[in-house]
Amino acid sequence: MTFQDERPIFLQLAEQLEEGILSGAYPEESRVPSITEYSVTYKINPATALKGINLLVDSGLLYKKRGLGMYVSTGAKEQLKSQRKDRFYHDYVERLVREAKNLGLDASELTNMIKRGFEDVD
Amino acid sequence: MSIEIKNITKDFGDTRALDNVTLTFGENKIYGLLGNNGAGKSTLLGIMTDLLHATEGTITVDGEAVSNNDSALGKVFLVAEQNLFPEDMSVKKAFGAAQVFSPAFDRAYAEKLAVKFGLDTKKKIKSLSTGYASIFRLIVGLSANTPYLLLDEPVLGLDAQHRDMFYRLLLEKYGENPFTTVISTHLIAEAADLIEHAVIIRDGRIIKDCPSSELTASAYSVSGPAGLVDSYLDGRHILTSNTLGGLKTACVQGQSGALPEGLEFSRVNLQDYFISLMEEEDRK
Repeated sequence: MTFQDERPIFLQLAEQLEEGILSGAYPEESRVPSITEYSVTYKINPATALKGINLLVDSGLLYKKRGLGMYVSTGAKEQLKSQRKDRFYHDYVERLVREAKNLGLDASELTNMIKRGFEDVD
Repeated sequence: MSIEIKNITKDFGDTRALDNVTLTFGENKIYGLLGNNGAGKSTLLGIMTDLLHATEGTITVDGEAVSNNDSALGKVFLVAEQNLFPEDMSVKKAFGAAQVFSPAFDRAYAEKLAVKFGLDTKKKIKSLSTGYASIFRLIVGLSANTPYLLLDEPVLGLDAQHRDMFYRLLLEKYGENPFTTVISTHLIAEAADLIEHAVIIRDGRIIKDCPSSELTASAYSVSGPAGLVDSYLDGRHILTSNTLGGLKTACVQGQSGALPEGLEFSRVNLQDYFISLMEEEDRK
């Protein structure tokens, strides 16, 4: 991964960690890479890495084991999934409905299109 | 614990290289000293290590003046373009000599880095290529273990792979045992993500001195149809702008507020910010 998009690096790092938890790359109660490992791997200042990791600590997804490093909390995956569902509603469903209204589609027409989508997409 | 630079002015004949520079390099931080060629970066680093004498002003390291003071100077290591060792000394011998004048010099680590970079330690310093001469100086600097490490254009002459290795080694070393380092460079894009605090120097004067995230958050870029952009820009602090056909892009200092429909907002990175700032200064 390189940090080329325009959002701040610490946010991108936090998102990458979340992806890792969701995909199972960082299982619950396992250690995530250290600040130095992130810093060296991505050539970023350790303070930036710390800021990214702290976002997940603040939301309870990671916790610190003294002297050992940062660990994934039990229940982190479920917590992330429900966060993602909320975000999915805001990012996709609201926009979808807005565009549907622009095009003059009503709820049942949109529902039918979504059903068709479920059949077409693997 | 810091290096304090107070009201430093340096004249070379009629040329003022540094003009009343006041700065602090605090404990355990990675600083970027950014400026175009000739801005005064090397002169400042030279004065900080007592290689050059200031016309006016003082520099202290942890409270002690550096001028003719070995105990203060022993805490600071400068990696610059000049070689500090006799030209016909071998690299291996030079590592041994470094141990004599930098007591904390880690010879085993230096040897390890030499292997990593493919530097032949049996070679004489004068027979090293430009790139390997730079690598040799960097290895000595990284192994010196001083609380302050000053790096003057550290990657000049290094190929892409070696530059990458150097940045990672620096961060690894910093991660294991933090120290203060000042990376002086005009290659900003490469070092941007490493730097926690940026100092921008121009024509011998400090024009910015703040956390690098603050710099990039203090400006943004906006683009869209020229007419729309122009009316949005009215009354705002424009750093640079350019027009391509009907599309106008501007780099603006300040906060964007709510953008009118049809305009695109984007963040600026440290290098873009630096270039915009320099262009604005050029117009003054």
